[in-house]
Amino acid sequence: MASETIAITGAAGITRPISERLHDWIVTVDHKKLGILYIVYGLVFLVVGGIEATIMRIQLIVPHNHFVSPQVFNRMMTMHGTTMIFFVVMPILFGFGTYLIPLMIGARDMAFPRLNAFSFWMTAFGGLLLYFSFIGGNGLYGAGTAPDVGWWAYAPLTSRAFSVGHSTDFWTLALLVSGVGSIGTGVNFIATILCMRCPGMTLGKMPLLAWLNLVVGGMVLFCISPLTAAQVMLSIDRYLGGHFFDTQAGGSAVLWMHFFWIFGHPEVYILVVPAFAFVSEIVPVFSRKPIFGYPIMVAATIGIGFISFSVWAHHMFTVGMSAYGNSFFVFTTAAIAVPTGIKIFNWIGTMWGGKIQFKAPMLFCIGFLFQFLIAGLTGIMLGAAPFNWQLSGSYFVVAHFHYVIVGGIMFAVFAAFYYWFPKMSGRMYNETIAKWHFWLFFIGFHLTFDFMHIPGILGMPRRIYTYEPGRGWEIWNFIVTIGVLFQIAGVLAFVGNLLSSLFKGEPAGSDPWDAWTLEWSTTSPPPDYDFATMPAVKSRRPLWDLKHPEDPDWKYE
Amino acid sequence: MSSLAVAPTRTEPEWILPSRGRVGMFSLIVAESAIFTIFVVAYIFYIGKSLSGPMPKDVLEIPIFNTICLLSSSLTIHLAVRALRSARVNAFGLWWFITMALGTIFLVGTGREWWHLIFDKGLTISTNLFGTTYYSLVGLHAFHVTVGLIGIVLAMIFTLLGKVEPVHSERIDVFSMYWHFVDAVWVVVFTVVYIIGR
Amino acid sequence: MKYGEQTRRLASKVAGIGILIAGFLLAARLCFGGPADPSQIPSIFKPQSTPADSIFRLSMLVLTITGAIFAVVFSLLVYAISKYRRRGDDDGREPPQVYGSNQVELAWTVIPVLIVLVLFLITARVIHSIQDAPQPPGAIEVVAIGHQFWWEFRYPTLGVVTANELHVPVSNPSHPTPTFMTLSSADTDHSFWVPRLAGKTDLIPNRINHMWIEPHETGVYVGQCAQYCGVQHAKMLLRVYVDSPEQFDRWVQEEKRPAVLNGSAEQGRQVFETTACVNCHAISGTVADGRFGPDLTHLMSRDTIASGAAPNTPEQLKLWLRDPNAIKPGSLMPAMQLSEKDLDALTAYLETLR
Repeated sequence: MASETIAITGAAGITRPISERLHDWIVTVDHKKLGILYIVYGLVFLVVGGIEATIMRIQLIVPHNHFVSPQVFNRMMTMHGTTMIFFVVMPILFGFGTYLIPLMIGARDMAFPRLNAFSFWMTAFGGLLLYFSFIGGNGLYGAGTAPDVGWWAYAPLTSRAFSVGHSTDFWTLALLVSGVGSIGTGVNFIATILCMRCPGMTLGKMPLLAWLNLVVGGMVLFCISPLTAAQVMLSIDRYLGGHFFDTQAGGSAVLWMHFFWIFGHPEVYILVVPAFAFVSEIVPVFSRKPIFGYPIMVAATIGIGFISFSVWAHHMFTVGMSAYGNSFFVFTTAAIAVPTGIKIFNWIGTMWGGKIQFKAPMLFCIGFLFQFLIAGLTGIMLGAAPFNWQLSGSYFVVAHFHYVIVGGIMFAVFAAFYYWFPKMSGRMYNETIAKWHFWLFFIGFHLTFDFMHIPGILGMPRRIYTYEPGRGWEIWNFIVTIGVLFQIAGVLAFVGNLLSSLFKGEPAGSDPWDAWTLEWSTTSPPPDYDFATMPAVKSRRPLWDLKHPEDPDWKYE
Repeated sequence: MSSLAVAPTRTEPEWILPSRGRVGMFSLIVAESAIFTIFVVAYIFYIGKSLSGPMPKDVLEIPIFNTICLLSSSLTIHLAVRALRSARVNAFGLWWFITMALGTIFLVGTGREWWHLIFDKGLTISTNLFGTTYYSLVGLHAFHVTVGLIGIVLAMIFTLLGKVEPVHSERIDVFSMYWHFVDAVWVVVFTVVYIIGR
Repeated sequence: MKYGEQTRRLASKVAGIGILIAGFLLAARLCFGGPADPSQIPSIFKPQSTPADSIFRLSMLVLTITGAIFAVVFSLLVYAISKYRRRGDDDGREPPQVYGSNQVELAWTVIPVLIVLVLFLITARVIHSIQDAPQPPGAIEVVAIGHQFWWEFRYPTLGVVTANELHVPVSNPSHPTPTFMTLSSADTDHSFWVPRLAGKTDLIPNRINHMWIEPHETGVYVGQCAQYCGVQHAKMLLRVYVDSPEQFDRWVQEEKRPAVLNGSAEQGRQVFETTACVNCHAISGTVADGRFGPDLTHLMSRDTIASGAAPNTPEQLKLWLRDPNAIKPGSLMPAMQLSEKDLDALTAYLETLR
């Protein structure tokens, strides 16, 4: 959190009243404050989504449990997925992007600061609208209900006939609203990165975080819109008597699936590419080497961006597409593994021959590498359509995507927190507690998500509020639930560390990690205007050039 | 490490980057195109699949006049921007007004077409698959025309108040990108609905 | 801290955690033990039908390839973090700044491309062999319609209608009698998944899907709906009875008969036919001809009721009749508020539907 003392020499020590500071945060268009707002918003919903997951896992710890009713469980299931994707991971990633991109490209703010603020508040309002459904889902005269149709909201389950009341509409409208915010962020990322780089920073000299967020911005434009369109269609069906997904009138349930997954698959790449960006910035610094193969990393990311729009029906292998249709999507799904694998090799190549320091950011990055590797491989398994006919809709898939999102993305997010927390707050976090966070979360993650693959292999479908005894699923569900305890402990350590370090941490200085990109050339936290004078750069690592004038990067690039 | 300022040297080549407004508007157009694409796909997918009710060839009349108006407005807005760039503010005002008129004629024409379809032919959004996809797609386009028209009206008001000057020509040009997009979408919608779908 | 000391501490920490986890897993295993009947585990790795066999073979190949990739990359990762860690006696100089290597990049692009190609070609063959398999003349035809929250099974050529428990003959390689199924839905999306017999295929309203099974061994195979379909998705269970040819023929003959009118249960039949039961349920040979709920003509030939949610005993049946929500909360069958006397009579009547 930026200290409220004004960062002009000679005026130190003046603190303003709390109402003024609060107002400042609400009306801000400063990318740093908005970035922090996004991140804190995401963290709050991380806890909420975690509670929803915990409720589900307690219900599933033994068969035929009665901890919650099936209705409540199905709401938890829907809200957990929707919350985590739209109101936790996306805000946190967009928040880091908003905070870091201008600083890393030597700009003073995003291209459209007011659009930036608008995007945040649309996202924030979307989340609040979704959660208002708990009160207002059935109208004011009945008990409210949250949506219970699953986060994909398949038709025709979402039609008026099968989803009475307004719970589905809360899902639709909340995501429509936050989708507008996401598109705004996408526009802003692209315009900022293309139009606001400091002198000398050609596209080939930008930090990888900037490149990867440029690709994310582009993907957002193509990806969110199909979901928006589908949700408008669903609302037309539900309120204007339309028949887009009305099977009784000749409409197609599969059309919804196509539209949803044309959004849904690129969406998960939108989630993972910023995580790649974090790892690409952190691993080099803690290996003391530049990223291995910068041009290939850029090319691979662009490749992933494009190919990700061609794989969507691998979520639909069981709906009865023709053999040729299924084969096409097997091909594209396998193809996307190539650029993704290349990136893993490049990260290892970065560490190779380096001098690795196992501080918290690096620990989490190593966890990311290990877990993302496994997640990618289970993804290959799922991409083989006949194998998918067994595994889809089962706990194997649930294990796979949590491996990506928690084992991959969340680990990278934790790494990013620890890496940039000193810059954002001016304080160092406690390294010992951070290591406790790592090991507790690591153990909990593996207890839960390693063993979760097994019930899937043994035939346990997903989205069930209870299961039959005698099918061999009991012990695995038990272990999976126990892992949650360790994860909770880890997250508590994390939050505690952040809060206490905010007030009592050691002053960090502007460059605690001896890093090489432009954000480390300003103070911690940066002044409102980011840079006193516009920097000019000659290489990808401007601070390396300054620290090693006898051996600058631009001689070799 | 203390805060470092790296001053740019004067011998560096000029640092030119694309304009934010153009890139931003282009990005918005891309996103909007994606939304339209999905509605067009739904329309094409459902051609011939209605179980009952009026079919396109029974009720649709090709809106030639409307189309000519809307597409001409792309030309007139282009002329308006050119006028403003060469500091001919009055000419700008005139072409801008014509653009506004043409856009309004299009909307009114669409409204009349819908009135006729609903009350004379009995086709509503809930009648059948054709009705649903037709009104959604044409309606989405009309909504975008409306938004554009609101912008045009605002600019018209500013012009009449004498506030628009040649220095604003870049901003007006960026706005006109949106209007050209709306017209281009109409070309697609027209082809899909009135030519292919009939 | 010296390198050796660091390693020893790390090693003892890892070992301690490992022992804790192993102990915990052992305790869990002892508490839960194994399931009562291993054949009831619907494992995809214990196939008993031709399509499931093909999938199993493909899955073993995929696991081998991915396992090999994992072994290689994981070893590289472990090697990198152990060999290239900063030592305690580090001189503080930066290591050689290597920017990349075109040859290495080429190698680790070409090899994955080749793996991907091989994987795709093999997978495409398996896809075609399963999806485009011709239907032999001896095949049994079944139409499966998904409902919230039960399964309707019709055998159009044999004239049989039943629910929730599917009977098929075991298939002999010399004279194959696979079962070819046509799938659709009356309401929302469902998915037919009996892991040991085949991969799953969805049941989608306004759409016809196809799948087939060719079981090799008699027995009962369990599964359940695998596409979220509403509140009781979890209890839309499946039982597939693979019978010997003689057993299957006998079952078909019994299913084709209309309900035997047993005079002793006349009172219960009155209750059934005058309450709203006839709106949803069919009992052939009577006036009941409803299609919304399962066909009850041979209810007593089934081992379970409520699509597997409860065993088919008189007590469970009566409990179900009194209040379906007690067994399957959110089920679409309403409680008819019958008196105890009527419930007893009704149960007795249903018990005659063999």
